[in-house]
Amino acid sequence: MIVLIGGFILVIIGIWAMLAKKNIIRIIIGFSIVDTGIHLIIVALGYVKGATAPIIDTAVKMQSSVSTGMKLVTKVVDPVPSALVLTAIVIGLAVTALMLSFTIRLFKVHGSLNIDDYEELKW
Amino acid sequence: MIKYLLIIVAVIGMAFMFYPLVEEYSVATGLNDLANTYVYGSVKDLNMPNTVTAVVVTYRGLDTLGEVTVLFLATAGVGFLLRRKRKNSETRRHGSEILQTGAAFMSPLIILLGVYIFSHGHLSPGGGFQGGVVIASGILLLVLARVDFKFSHGIIHFSESLSGVGYVIMGVLGLLLLGVSSFLDPRYLPMGEYLYLFSSGAVPVIYSFIGLKVGSELSSVIDSMQAGGCDQ
Repeated sequence: MIVLIGGFILVIIGIWAMLAKKNIIRIIIGFSIVDTGIHLIIVALGYVKGATAPIIDTAVKMQSSVSTGMKLVTKVVDPVPSALVLTAIVIGLAVTALMLSFTIRLFKVHGSLNIDDYEELKW
Repeated sequence: MIKYLLIIVAVIGMAFMFYPLVEEYSVATGLNDLANTYVYGSVKDLNMPNTVTAVVVTYRGLDTLGEVTVLFLATAGVGFLLRRKRKNSETRRHGSEILQTGAAFMSPLIILLGVYIFSHGHLSPGGGFQGGVVIASGILLLVLARVDFKFSHGIIHFSESLSGVGYVIMGVLGLLLLGVSSFLDPRYLPMGEYLYLFSSGAVPVIYSFIGLKVGSELSSVIDSMQAGGCDQ
């Protein structure tokens, strides 16, 4: 629960940073904060009460019988949100790098990091 | 003034939109059917302890192929935007003595740890994406420590292309050997013994390709940023 609320607060802070800040690098930092908050929310949604990591080795007790087949005694968390977040972290890193290189190009061309100096797309 | 008001309205609107997510949340007490299928299928069909790896590489393998493609596109964008210029290595200071010595000692170990993480992705927490990032962090340490550190771009691009092609070939092999609708099915290699390195079919091979690809791509991102960012 606390992870979910923390992620929620991070998303709100990041959206505020993206909207209110003028410096492009601060906007990118806001994007990264939203990214982290969403990761926390997804992981929190996959949590199961009192469960352990979904790696079925000797630490996870298993019960097998002929009639029902295999059954886990220890609870494990949902593996699907973990798998989503796993790839999303790396993709977020690459997308952040892409945005930063756009920033470097913008700074080389116009010599400014203030978003108000770029008026080509304003209407 | 009106702008700040609009920002506050937008933030409150987003908070209102997300609020039901927090309010209606209750901690689950058991797995849902989909997760149950994945957990039991990973142990029974794939002989793989790490169910997250089973989801990433096998059950949702096509999505992972898409994610790797997104990563490749982002890397290509970074390389395109920050093209390498001549005579750029003079503007940056050398790393300190401590950093240089530490980097020379630590970087091979960090890269080795990355290889360990991605080759044991089906047994322990870890896998291709994490191992690749660890490898890239070792490269980053080298780049920080030495101004004259040069990548061999040929090797980076070769390993990147080779691992990408290898990933797709491993997937197509499943299609050829096991019949239709088994793209990226790893069961054409022997399943091995539970909890051993050479087990669960082609998954360690596929995850090693993913790890190499992620590692070389992020290394080339680091290289482009270092080369393109310091000549101004």
